[in-house]
Amino acid sequence: MLLIYCPYCQVERAEVEFRCGGEAHIARPSDPEKTTDEDWVEFLYMRANTKGVIAERWRHIHGCGRFFNALRDTVSDNFLTFYKTGEPMPTLETLPQEAGK
Amino acid sequence: MSQPFRTEKGGRIDRGEELTFTFDGEEFHGHKGDTLASALLANGVHLVGRSFKYHRPRGILSSGSEEPNALVGIYRNGDQTPNLRATQIELYDGLEAISQNRFPSLGFDVGAVNDLLSPLFPAGFYYKTFMWPKSFWDRVYEPIIRSAAGLGKPPRTPDQDTYANQFAHCDVLVAGSGPSGLAAALAAAETGARVILCDEQAECGGSLLSESNASIDGKDPANWVHETVARLSSMENVTLLPRTTAFGYFAHNFVALAERVTDHLAEPDSKLPRERLWQVRAKEVVIAAGAIERPMVFPENDRPGIMLADAGRTYLNRYGVKVGHKVLVATACDTAWQAAFDLADHGVEVVAIVDVRETPPDNLIAIAEARGIRVEAGCVVTGTLGRKRIKSALLGRLMTSGQVASGGQIDCDALLMSGGWTPTVSLYSQSRGKVVWAPEKGAFLPGISVQKERSTGASKAVYGLQACLEDGYAAGEAAATAASGKTATITYSSAYGGEAGSGGILGALPHDRNASRVKAFVDYQNDVTAKDVKLAVREGMHSIEHIKRYTTTGMATDQGRLSNMNALEIASGTLDKPVTDVGLTTFRQPYTPTTFGLFAGISRGDFFDAVRKTASHEWVVQHGGVFEDVSQWKRAWYFPKPGEDMHAAVERECRTVRESVGLFDASTLGKIEVVGPDAAEFLERMYTNPWKKLAPGRCRYGLLLNDAGFIVDDGVIGRLAEDRFHVTTTTGGAPNVLATMEDYLQTEWSDLNVWLTSTTEQYSVAAVQGPKAREFIAPFIEGIDLSADAFPHMSVKEGTFCGVPCRLFRISFTGELGFEINVSRRYGEMMWETLATEIEKRGGTPYGTETMHVLRAEKGYIIVGQDTDGTVTPYDAGMGWAIGKKKFDFVGKRGLARTDLVADGRKQFVGLLTKDPKIRLEEGAQITTSENPATGTAAEGHVTSSYYSAALERTIALAIVKNGHAREGQTLYVPMPEGSIPVEVTGTVFYDKEGAQLNV
Repeated sequence: MLLIYCPYCQVERAEVEFRCGGEAHIARPSDPEKTTDEDWVEFLYMRANTKGVIAERWRHIHGCGRFFNALRDTVSDNFLTFYKTGEPMPTLETLPQEAGK
Repeated sequence: MSQPFRTEKGGRIDRGEELTFTFDGEEFHGHKGDTLASALLANGVHLVGRSFKYHRPRGILSSGSEEPNALVGIYRNGDQTPNLRATQIELYDGLEAISQNRFPSLGFDVGAVNDLLSPLFPAGFYYKTFMWPKSFWDRVYEPIIRSAAGLGKPPRTPDQDTYANQFAHCDVLVAGSGPSGLAAALAAAETGARVILCDEQAECGGSLLSESNASIDGKDPANWVHETVARLSSMENVTLLPRTTAFGYFAHNFVALAERVTDHLAEPDSKLPRERLWQVRAKEVVIAAGAIERPMVFPENDRPGIMLADAGRTYLNRYGVKVGHKVLVATACDTAWQAAFDLADHGVEVVAIVDVRETPPDNLIAIAEARGIRVEAGCVVTGTLGRKRIKSALLGRLMTSGQVASGGQIDCDALLMSGGWTPTVSLYSQSRGKVVWAPEKGAFLPGISVQKERSTGASKAVYGLQACLEDGYAAGEAAATAASGKTATITYSSAYGGEAGSGGILGALPHDRNASRVKAFVDYQNDVTAKDVKLAVREGMHSIEHIKRYTTTGMATDQGRLSNMNALEIASGTLDKPVTDVGLTTFRQPYTPTTFGLFAGISRGDFFDAVRKTASHEWVVQHGGVFEDVSQWKRAWYFPKPGEDMHAAVERECRTVRESVGLFDASTLGKIEVVGPDAAEFLERMYTNPWKKLAPGRCRYGLLLNDAGFIVDDGVIGRLAEDRFHVTTTTGGAPNVLATMEDYLQTEWSDLNVWLTSTTEQYSVAAVQGPKAREFIAPFIEGIDLSADAFPHMSVKEGTFCGVPCRLFRISFTGELGFEINVSRRYGEMMWETLATEIEKRGGTPYGTETMHVLRAEKGYIIVGQDTDGTVTPYDAGMGWAIGKKKFDFVGKRGLARTDLVADGRKQFVGLLTKDPKIRLEEGAQITTSENPATGTAAEGHVTSSYYSAALERTIALAIVKNGHAREGQTLYVPMPEGSIPVEVTGTVFYDKEGAQLNV
């Protein structure tokens, strides 16, 4: 069971308190009418499914209820960092050594 | 009482307390402190089971949890638990054990014929033998294999025991309490760090409990164990867990422990759980799992009486049991010599020490000679004799040519063997660490740590007491400092002895026998021989993963802890590749077999899942209502009167609602309060319908799509004020709707000022439906003008019901005049009882979900998830009217415009009427164009809802049919096993098409 840090509550809690919300930083097109079928399908269905570091959404559903983002290595399951919704995705170079601190 | 193989003195058993137990009905005696295995051995019983495939007689091989042979059933509470390891079962008075996999008895087993037929059962014989004919797979082969295979029989009655669960956090978890584990725990604890120390055995101490030739601080190692455990027990920051196996190492240092709480007690307190699952989150883990001895692979190495040398030594020193009177010791390493010396010192005749090595260490030979023990160096065991117990062994002398020459025969009643030591890397491997081959140790050792763990002591091939203690102290200190930043100065104990010395061998021993006729076992529990492994390689299995699955070696309950290294060496030799190229299989959780009860905990029976009940529940129970499960809810299904079956009850309920008035508990529908200055804008974006112009006091049916354009939920939404909406959802969809709303609100439209609150359980809801609904509720309602003009269909107002505040909706899911009264849940019982008591007096009836379904189907109202399946758009459902086409955007709007969703040939929602009005279609039945379609014909659609309609006095159905809207009036077919049923495609509204009943 993963250990997850909620950047709003600022606590580490067990995975059972959270729900994974899939890949992060997939913005819903702001003017859907002007979006092509291909782009809409890209938005709806296409995901990177990366082997390695991914940005994903988590919701502290049994805590504050907020959505936030995390960088996780899908090979090791280790989290690299957690950050609030709306904050830019950290680059690997700028990451602190210890996740979640 | 007679225990002929008990020593005069010594051991950690309590000789003052004698216990009585039975094995296969025969009565024996043992002592407190015995395991079932040691007590059986004390009585001279080696034969304890029959093997899995060949039904060969088998004895106790080991003294630990890796035991492959001595699996027994234990009777308790009138039923038996199968496949328990006799080496782990602590003896108690009255224990009843039975042997397994034998018929009719352990001594005479008809299945043993398999041993003679063994040429028919080579590796992979299942795959080769049971290929054809295919018709035999289910009816012949599987029943035969199932009855012949397996070890113990499953219990017949439900598990009467209880199981507990405990979450725990600690700085340092130490798994294993041998010398390294105890030292690590002590060093970590002295820093003040929170420490959990667990060990699968009943006592802490590990190998120290059976050590005879060592000392710590100049004293018996057992003294040091006693003092260390006493010190740890006295510390508040330490949790000591004996009888507790760390069986699973999961992500982020989450380790699962299984504590056996009552299995060792003769009369356990019924309040105690049988086992307790510890879910431990450790900042650091110290793995002190030790090492286990490897069997030697020689022909007939499985006769009862053949045992690992260290096990023989443990039975002697820890349990005071001599494994035989005439013991032969066969070894490839130094440690087994010590077992021989200990036995000789207890007066056991050691007939010889047979060492594979040409020149064993001189000092060992000198000690052996001093005790008068015959030593045969450069010699191997090439076979054994004796049916249910070893009687003698054949010796072979290793020639420089690599051949083996006969070395004669030697009588013995027990044979202790040692192929060397294998570090236990299971937990490390479970933590996803990759083991590394250490050629100088002849073992795979823990490599780089992937998680926050470190191995210590024998589990990383550190041997010798002094080295193990030092390594343990260092590991404990380092772990505590890493976890808590704390340090401490502790006094190291100094030790002498417990050296592993040199030697060790992998793979099968050479012999002078006919290789095609002898069996040299590699995996005892799964009856895999050296020959099988070689055969697998010859047949093309070149990876250890394939060899494992083809032969089943390493797939027994010890996960190959005894067999892997020997199998790997045999495979490597046959392939002529180094062991590192053949590979080692990954160890998985659980480390040892773990009960289902432990995992289930209290989640069984009534506690398996939450049960949600509405305010009417007790009343429904008392009035004979029948319930159905709708997600977690118990909902009243129908209310049969005496003599009525379901059909009659539902027909009566339907007719009563249409003609008079009915009362329905609608409390389970999801309710979400949407509040804030942007509430209308938010709903405008979420739902297909327009909301901004909806006046306070009015309701609208809302349809919720996903962004792909498909229907996911629906419900009536009432506007209570400019900034407040009362949203209802389907019963099962409520959590998802709220989660979806939160998702869009938080991550897409964080500019909106809206609050969402689930109010499903805040309200009890009574739906009153039928032409007399208004006059029925009028006496109870105050503050709301119920007249048709003041309170038309699709209205909501706040008032009081019997004096308590209520939200009153005028809505209908039946097509009749209808009201839904929402009161605070605390008044739910009052409201239901008031209305239910009154309604029968007025000629009305309570009704359940079945009637609700029939009535809504008569009106063509959809049930999301029944009439839709996640691929149905509003247009498919004939609900284009619910879409606010002028809106800039809503969830699903762009999806609806996708090419495929506007293409011809979509499946659309229609009504179906069978030509024969008595036939009720089966829900889910397929619909075709032709009466008798050829096999493989694609269906045109399927039936989604089907009922008998009292109002129409015939059956009705709803369906999803390709191009259905254009096919009204056409005849289609529903092919069923009894014959094809012709149906006519109709509109979806069967009753009151004009809606006259609604607007009264």
